[in-house]
Amino acid sequence: MKDEQRPIRPDHRVILQWVEGRSSVLDLGCGEGELLSILAQQKQVRGQGIEIDERAISKCVASGLSVFQEDIDTGLAEYPDKSFDYVILNQSFQQVRRPDFVLREALRVGKKCIVSFPNFAYYAARLQMLLGGKVPVTRALPYEWYDTPNLHFLSISDFIEYCAKRGFTIEGTSFITKEKEVRVFPNLFAEIGIFLLSM
Amino acid sequence: MSEERGSAGSVETKHFTFASPPGEFALECGERLGPVTLAYETYGELNERKSNAILVLHALSGDAHVAGFHEGDRNPGWWDAMVGPGKGLDTKKYFVICSNVIGGCRGSTGPSSIDVRTGRPYGLRFPLITVKDMVTAQLRLIDHLGIEKLLAVVGGSMGGMQVLQWMVSYPERVRSAIPISTALKHTPQQIAFNEVGRQAIMADPDWRDGNYYGRSPPAKGLSLARMVGHITYMSDVSMEEKFGRRLVANRQPFKFSADFEVEGYLRHRGDNFVRRFDANSYLYLTKAIDHFNITDGKAIGEIFRGLKAKVLVLAFKSDWLYPSYQSREIVKACKLAGVDTTYCEINSTYGHDAFLLEVEDETRLLRHFLETVHDGQEAPV
Repeated sequence: MKDEQRPIRPDHRVILQWVEGRSSVLDLGCGEGELLSILAQQKQVRGQGIEIDERAISKCVASGLSVFQEDIDTGLAEYPDKSFDYVILNQSFQQVRRPDFVLREALRVGKKCIVSFPNFAYYAARLQMLLGGKVPVTRALPYEWYDTPNLHFLSISDFIEYCAKRGFTIEGTSFITKEKEVRVFPNLFAEIGIFLLSM
Repeated sequence: MSEERGSAGSVETKHFTFASPPGEFALECGERLGPVTLAYETYGELNERKSNAILVLHALSGDAHVAGFHEGDRNPGWWDAMVGPGKGLDTKKYFVICSNVIGGCRGSTGPSSIDVRTGRPYGLRFPLITVKDMVTAQLRLIDHLGIEKLLAVVGGSMGGMQVLQWMVSYPERVRSAIPISTALKHTPQQIAFNEVGRQAIMADPDWRDGNYYGRSPPAKGLSLARMVGHITYMSDVSMEEKFGRRLVANRQPFKFSADFEVEGYLRHRGDNFVRRFDANSYLYLTKAIDHFNITDGKAIGEIFRGLKAKVLVLAFKSDWLYPSYQSREIVKACKLAGVDTTYCEINSTYGHDAFLLEVEDETRLLRHFLETVHDGQEAPV
């Protein structure tokens, strides 16, 4: 890519560390393909994106990526079991209509699955609810209630409980803010939770 | 991206003849045909490694003249907006080839050509041809041009079927493939519209079982076939935008003459078509695409098994003749076969015609896609 070297986003940095070199990656809701480009350049992965927005797809093609214009709520049925090393839902998990179905499909199609989402129990969000009595607007949840792509609101604790219920193995976690990794009370102090799962 | 787009300039149609008896061309139907001539045009320069050649495959009514101008012509080739210096298929960078299909009537051997055995035009003695025959003939041209591997094969509609056929018949000869607004096989609805066109031709008394050469051709029938075709190439929205219910300027007293602009337009397009197209070719080519079925009895996941080429599948939202679900079937087949594929459904109101008209979106996608394929192969391994 001819683009100037922009600093890598913290969530991308975590995923970059987890993904093994030369593996195959399916990125669900890949947007303009930033993460896939980084993975292709630095880890030589064989990447495939799924994205619903036509303009974003055009950007992906400009970066030399392969993408399908599809709805990830319905798009995985055609893939055989374990056809990718990793299936990634980076910040798209809370935006699908049927997260439970999509994640189970992702774990069927991928040997491992990487999921990240904004933590609704982040302390700033809690304060806005508790003191302001309003739906929170934060850096990780920057949308007004009437204009948000997010359909589901969950916390890090919610997700850990859900994985236990479904029997998903949590192989790795990373809890971050824009600046740093959070080690204590992540459900209170992390803006984003990132999980490496297998089934 | 602000590169200047220019015209492919003045071009000439060339001819390549092969398969002279006794080495006739073996057709899929079992019959043999020879000699066979293909009319073709080229744009840009073939590089030393012969690695920058793109084969453009035309649709039902198209021909070898994709871009630029023939001497004395006022109108450029049929995809001039896409082919030329600085355009989607950049002729400063790529060597673009387009040939008229076998069975056609625009310089390639077809039913209106002279049968050397009788000294008269073939007419209905011309054998049944298939999309596979079109591609096998093109391969002879590509061999003749000394090209081992095409950088890309690209085409829409019937051209898209030829792209799919290349992917299946000669996967090792293409680095990438771009099927646009096309299908793995025709649906009954698509066959039905073609059958109406064929019946219109055959019902014309001038058709005379295909023996009309040297006499007046079945102009009414062919024109009517073209009118039906044009309806299926547009969408209700594009027709509303183009014509509304506007009336024609010089209306005649009521005798079922053209009252509405849309009627005048269809008649005009029909009449124009008769001047440049042979009715028998229309019959043969529509049959070829109706019989086209790239699945050939295979499971959908097996169609493109082993294909190494990179694929870009394009569809358009308002296309109801080749609806996007047919393109998604192609994508599904690629996906199951593990082929490196990109799929984009472009927003458009133009209907099936969109593949000729939505030039900006296509330019952006094709240019970047081709760059990835081209630069990928040029890079040292």
